[in-house]
Amino acid sequence: MINKIRTAEEAVAGIKDGATIMVGGFLGTGSPEILVDALVKKGVKHLTVIGNDGGLPANEGTSARGIGKLLEAGMVDHIIASHVGMNPLIGKGMNDGTLKCTLVPQGSLAEKIRAGGAGLGGVLTPTGVGTIVAEGKETFNIDGKDYLLEKPLKADFALIRASICDEFGNYSCAKATKNFNYVMAMAAETVIIGTEKLVKVGEMDPDTFTMSGVFAKYIVGGEKPWQI
Amino acid sequence: MADLKARIASRTAKEFNDGDVANLGIGLPTKVANYLPEGVHITLQSENGFTGLSGSAESGKENVDVINSGGAYVTYAPEANFFDSAMSFSIIRGGHVDATVLGAMEVDEHGNLANWIVPGKMVAGMGGAMDLVVGAKKVIIAMLHTQKGNHKILKECTLPYTALGVVDKIITEMGVMDVTPEGIVLKELHPDYTLDEIKAATGCELIISPDLKPMEEE
Repeated sequence: MINKIRTAEEAVAGIKDGATIMVGGFLGTGSPEILVDALVKKGVKHLTVIGNDGGLPANEGTSARGIGKLLEAGMVDHIIASHVGMNPLIGKGMNDGTLKCTLVPQGSLAEKIRAGGAGLGGVLTPTGVGTIVAEGKETFNIDGKDYLLEKPLKADFALIRASICDEFGNYSCAKATKNFNYVMAMAAETVIIGTEKLVKVGEMDPDTFTMSGVFAKYIVGGEKPWQI
Repeated sequence: MADLKARIASRTAKEFNDGDVANLGIGLPTKVANYLPEGVHITLQSENGFTGLSGSAESGKENVDVINSGGAYVTYAPEANFFDSAMSFSIIRGGHVDATVLGAMEVDEHGNLANWIVPGKMVAGMGGAMDLVVGAKKVIIAMLHTQKGNHKILKECTLPYTALGVVDKIITEMGVMDVTPEGIVLKELHPDYTLDEIKAATGCELIISPDLKPMEEE
């Protein structure tokens, strides 16, 4: 079996300036912190980042979380997300003209990513019809109801956080850490998984894992539970 | 002010039937869960990825993998189930949520809703709000009737829309209104206010229901 196990530094080594990356997490919960830390250390620039939100900024002794670390390090030119109000760095970047922000309704974001990974040409959703979200998008009337065409989203890399992963890359995410960590793994050219628990192939019943290991390119152990 | 919000939340709680699946927005709508009538158990959907949302987590007992959509650590009910964002919004968009309760900046007599953006001000993003209001079977707006004296219930929204024609019911400290094809119908008026007062606080015509009742509270 091909060896997918890497250190965080090795796993992110291929991420270059200008890359498009998806990062799992919802306000930091379920974000692959060791992978993000390694990327910050590597110091690439001009990233397009796709995530639910902008992570969280550093606050009173706690570090930034998830995408918040990439924003803090000035590595992001464009963020595609559904909600950015919890991270003031995004508003500041937009005001300064250093950051472009594209807002997508949360359900549409999930489906655009799923479409990207599932080989679909997009999805038709009623969400956003008649609003500014519909600007520049085609509308289709299906059986008397209007739907917007939301096109697929893909990325060069996806940074995924698993709670448990085997050495083939089969993985699951605990509780509310799932969020975007499943759909994103299907939609990126190179998928890197940071996992809390790393087990040998065959050690666990296959039912343990929600996601197939076919998506994973690299696996990095050592992800830690967030410390409050 | 706190009383008025409690009044709105307690009246909104009466809209639920035992067994309903509901999504409550952050802020005042979250408080609705505290006022559910005896014998009414609802399952709360949390758009970040689960059904069976319970209360806030006690300090020191947080599960770091369990947050609500506002990022706060929460607990979950015995019937809870956790899933990813695609499933979460399949539940929301697919009509599997019986009711959602949200606040609003503006609502108009066509049931149009504006609650996510004020041009020229810092944009937070729509998050899951646009999906929720098009997908939930019933959309209840629970809010203060006016914003610092300015009308929020209007003939036409002036702010960018969240969605068109989605609002079913508006519950404020002054009364309870249904959005119908004919316009906004006042069904209940709180005893603290006169008809003239609620009409003056409303920016569109208010159709008075023939069986107008006093607004129920706990």
